[in-house]
Amino acid sequence: MLRLRRFRDMPLHLMLLPGVILVFIYSYLPLAGIAIGFQKFMPSKGLFGSKWTGLDNLHYMLNMPGIGQVVWNTFYISSLKILFGLLVPIVIALLLNEIAAHRIKKTFQTLIYLPHFLSWIILGGILVDILSPGHGIVNQILGLFGIKPIYFLGNNDWFPFTLVASDIWKEFGFNTIVYLAALTSINPALYEAAYIDGAGRWKQTWYVTLPGMLPIIVLLATLSLGNVLNAGFDQVFNLYSPAVYESGDIIDTLVYRTGLVDMQYGVATIVGVFKSAISLVLISFSYWAAYRFANYRIF
Amino acid sequence: MYANTVGRKTFQFANYTFLILLSLTCLFPLIHVLAISFSSSSAATAGLVTFWPVDFTTKSYQYILEEPAFIRSFGVALQRVALGTVLNMLLTVLVAYPLSKEARVFRYRTVYAWYFVFTILLSGGLIPWYMTIKATGIMDTLWALVLPGAVPVFNVILMLNFFRGLPKELEESAFIDGSGYWGALWRIYIPLSKASLATVALFTVVGHWNAWFDGLILMNSPDHYPLSTYLQTILTKINMSSLTSDQAKELAAVSDRTAKAAQIFLGALPILCVYPFLQRYFVKGIVLGSVKE
Repeated sequence: MLRLRRFRDMPLHLMLLPGVILVFIYSYLPLAGIAIGFQKFMPSKGLFGSKWTGLDNLHYMLNMPGIGQVVWNTFYISSLKILFGLLVPIVIALLLNEIAAHRIKKTFQTLIYLPHFLSWIILGGILVDILSPGHGIVNQILGLFGIKPIYFLGNNDWFPFTLVASDIWKEFGFNTIVYLAALTSINPALYEAAYIDGAGRWKQTWYVTLPGMLPIIVLLATLSLGNVLNAGFDQVFNLYSPAVYESGDIIDTLVYRTGLVDMQYGVATIVGVFKSAISLVLISFSYWAAYRFANYRIF
Repeated sequence: MYANTVGRKTFQFANYTFLILLSLTCLFPLIHVLAISFSSSSAATAGLVTFWPVDFTTKSYQYILEEPAFIRSFGVALQRVALGTVLNMLLTVLVAYPLSKEARVFRYRTVYAWYFVFTILLSGGLIPWYMTIKATGIMDTLWALVLPGAVPVFNVILMLNFFRGLPKELEESAFIDGSGYWGALWRIYIPLSKASLATVALFTVVGHWNAWFDGLILMNSPDHYPLSTYLQTILTKINMSSLTSDQAKELAAVSDRTAKAAQIFLGALPILCVYPFLQRYFVKGIVLGSVKE
């Protein structure tokens, strides 16, 4: 019987085989490459020929000038993105929910989630143009109000704000739609009951709509915890410049420059491992919390 | 359910106004860039263009479409999208189907599932990833852009949850009629999930079209850059020194700003054509797939 069963499952194993092999090569083998972090790695000598240096790279990392600032930038930028990335879509979803005409609502939705699908290359190109202090249209408009040109992408006071605002602008439409989808599952009888009990539109929103959205809000909030160390490499890399390293350099861009530009492979690896390890804890906790508080399981 | 009071009407007016302005902030940057791309270089440089072309001209587009690097990278991007999407979809289905079986039907399901999910939780980071790809000898080929991400674990989870929602009786009847797992997948699961598969495929297409970083670090020769990577190298830095005098003369008629605007628009165009079809997916796919009670 057991042999029969094993034979019967054979096609399922076969289906999984190509995926298992590819994931092994490109996701599991790199885990072994973490060893690079404890070596003075030379590509020509390989993983086995390079000299082992113990925790030297770790010491080097901790003594890198500005490392504290980079960690702080990462945390600061990502926290603001997470906070406003949660709040803004809730407000917009509530406002869109007040629109009765189905077609108009759909049109708004389609327009606001357009930026989500464009890459940071395209959006970076657009932002560099419209935010330019010389000919950029944003500064031209601000000029109409007598405001002096602001160098959004070149000024350390403005750069984090620009990053957060443009990221919210790119992503709010997408999450708004996730919230709106949750709203469609609210039983209309609840609104009728509230209306009969004398609740106006405000009270209906507060006592029916928001509680209806709460599970998905809790879910997105807990899952976003896993992103505390992801301040958005694609965005920062395409918008920053040496002038704003002080306020805009994040862990991922530091790893890129240290590893692939300066070719200090060992140091870059240990910084990456450091980030991966903390992220592992955060993501595991967030999945656990999502399961605990929103009864969510990924599979 | 609400009374149609003056307050309500005022709110509706304010709400519509706000939402219209908000939608316009999402649309206008792109329209502005489009307007610049069709304007003359002098008008663009002088900052006269807002949302309508000034001195309408298609010079920028003529210039871009004669630029061999642009055409070449456009071709690489098309190849990448085609090969990458086929590979991603094939592996998504092949991995999602066995994982959608319950553990009592397919005993090793949980082990396999954790094997794939673990890759979301922990990664080796950029450098080991880069070194692994280098070691497998696919650097500077199209394979470097499609093989490392060939198993999209999030899409697998999405599809396995979808497969799980299909009635088991259909599959059982196929088994009784003598079909095996391959037959059930091919004749029952795939036809029943055509709509979901199509939307996942569209997302995959968008993903491959937009991907740029792997091209930048895994392709040694700029000849092999896909469009996004090529655009990355030209949009984020101005490199006048590499221009020959002929090109420089051409640029005087076309200006750096209008040429960039034209390329931004051409790079975004395929996405603009595809993305309105993705809306159905949110309501039916993401929400059903990920949020269960």
